[in-house]
Amino acid sequence: MSQAPEVSRGPVVTPVRVVIGLCLIAPFVAMLWVGSYAKTDPAFIGIPFFYWYQMLWVVISTALTMIAYQLWRRDQRARASRKGGAEQ
Amino acid sequence: MKDGVNGVALGVFIFFFLLVTVLGFLAARWRKAENEHSLDEWGLGGRSFGTWITWFLLGGDLYTAYTFVAVPAAIYAAGASGFFAVPYTILVYPLIFTFLPRLWSVSHKHGYVTTSDFVRGRFGSKGLSLAVAVTGILATMPYIALQLVGIQAVLDVMGVGGGEDTNWFVKDLPLLIAFGVLAAYTYSSGLRAPALIAFVKDTLIYIVIAVAIIYIPIKLGGFDDIFAKAGEAFSQTNPATGKPKGALAPAEAGQWTYATLALGSALALFMYPHSITATLSSRSREVIRRNTTILPLYSLMLGLLALLGFMAIAAGVKVQNGQLAIPQLFETMFPDWFAGIAFAAIGIGALVPAAIMSIAAANLFTRNIYKDFIKPDATAQQETAVSKIVSLLVKVGALVFVLTMDKTVAINFQLLGGIWILQTFPALVGGLFTRWFHRWALLAGWAVGMVYGTMAAYGVASPTQKHFGGSAKEIPGIGEIGYIGLTAFVLNVAVTVVLTFVLKAVKAPEGADETKPEDYTADAGDPGVQVELPPATAGSAH
Repeated sequence: MSQAPEVSRGPVVTPVRVVIGLCLIAPFVAMLWVGSYAKTDPAFIGIPFFYWYQMLWVVISTALTMIAYQLWRRDQRARASRKGGAEQ
Repeated sequence: MKDGVNGVALGVFIFFFLLVTVLGFLAARWRKAENEHSLDEWGLGGRSFGTWITWFLLGGDLYTAYTFVAVPAAIYAAGASGFFAVPYTILVYPLIFTFLPRLWSVSHKHGYVTTSDFVRGRFGSKGLSLAVAVTGILATMPYIALQLVGIQAVLDVMGVGGGEDTNWFVKDLPLLIAFGVLAAYTYSSGLRAPALIAFVKDTLIYIVIAVAIIYIPIKLGGFDDIFAKAGEAFSQTNPATGKPKGALAPAEAGQWTYATLALGSALALFMYPHSITATLSSRSREVIRRNTTILPLYSLMLGLLALLGFMAIAAGVKVQNGQLAIPQLFETMFPDWFAGIAFAAIGIGALVPAAIMSIAAANLFTRNIYKDFIKPDATAQQETAVSKIVSLLVKVGALVFVLTMDKTVAINFQLLGGIWILQTFPALVGGLFTRWFHRWALLAGWAVGMVYGTMAAYGVASPTQKHFGGSAKEIPGIGEIGYIGLTAFVLNVAVTVVLTFVLKAVKAPEGADETKPEDYTADAGDPGVQVELPPATAGSAH
């Protein structure tokens, strides 16, 4: 399908959106690459690496999702105001 | 362990049970709307829940009593491989961040109550919508049954489950009472009941976990000792398999299984009807995105909870049935009154999801079987009446299931349910982003995934079971052991894509699409999107 992009919407792929995408993809790469963390050392307060590393990723992925959320909101606001400006 | 009834623990348990019963019935009056006879009111709480209620509701819904019992039980039995639940719940949130707001928007715009409603509207296919609805109901039923298994585990440890020689009625009476009460307030209050009870459930759970994760390691001599003892226990040979019982980190061979289980389960979670019901009850699109950033708090709790499995080993808890490991650990380590709070947390943790699941299954039946095939001109009031009755039937069915059949049957079906529900992903998530897939191709892909998944799971043997012995099997063409559901899903997508090309080439009828591109990004307050009480049926109430 070849549809002319609407002038007011701007390009679909922007640097901000690439960053959002990376934030969302990073947890998948980290968690599905099991070989990178399937070991017991170094332990943290007695908890083997395998366990504390994954729990740490709960925190990291939460932070990344929050960043993605904030960037997305800013992106949407910017688009809305640009669109509003274009229509006036 | 069955040395009589633990009176103090039972007293505390009953206190909390009565508390949530009162809450459950009062919930009918909470945030009540003018038109209480619509399915949106009973089945979706008026689509009015804000960020925090949605957070409690989804948390109470997704992290069930069975999860609390089964995840540490898996760790207790085999170590590292049971920990996949943590990466699984990590992956869920970035995943739903991308598609759930779109589902919310299009559902609000068109008054969809279930995922099947959306599939029918998007692809103009009642057949495909029926397939999604039946899959959802089939996958949900054993899940409800497992909540009962969770309550049973707690009752057993408190000594009210009765021994093997007690009369079946006396043995099951507590369970019957618990479910009778649950059925009554779900019937009268709808989704508002679990939403209100979820506050109590999650508060209790967080308190119990916080105490357990500090108090138990201190009593057991710290995490060093706990893991040393667990490692020792896992290195012993299992007489049934001739291999070590488990490991503290997955061996090379288990890593594919670990990763595919995590990914497949993450993809499947928000295909379950009860997850979607809780999602659609939220007030706005923002509520959902915001929730993806605060729901991981539950994952952290799940990780800590999983560690209790190791503590059960270190504390010398010896149970035949692994599901009793955690309740037994609580009873051994905690003073009676706090053990009662912990048991109440698990018991109430079963009631919340069981209520939401039965509502979700009832909505599917009403909207996509009753209204689509039996009585197309049903009014909103009739829809609600049917849903209420079906929610009762679904619970009775689950109860009969648990009481008459062996527990392993429920667990086997739950395993199959996960594989099945994942097969609705292409139609639902695919449909949210593109109309390229052909409806018949989606139906064929779904059928292939269902058949392959069921047959593959049937063929898995374990030392204790000839069939349905596990959810992982060799992936054809790769040779590694992977999650059957994910293999079936890949097959499903391949069939769908190939057949879409074929069907488009022969110009098979595409079906009407009642949605528009802008529907997928609409938010509350936009024209045509009512903040509360949209028409129960798309387009009929204008």
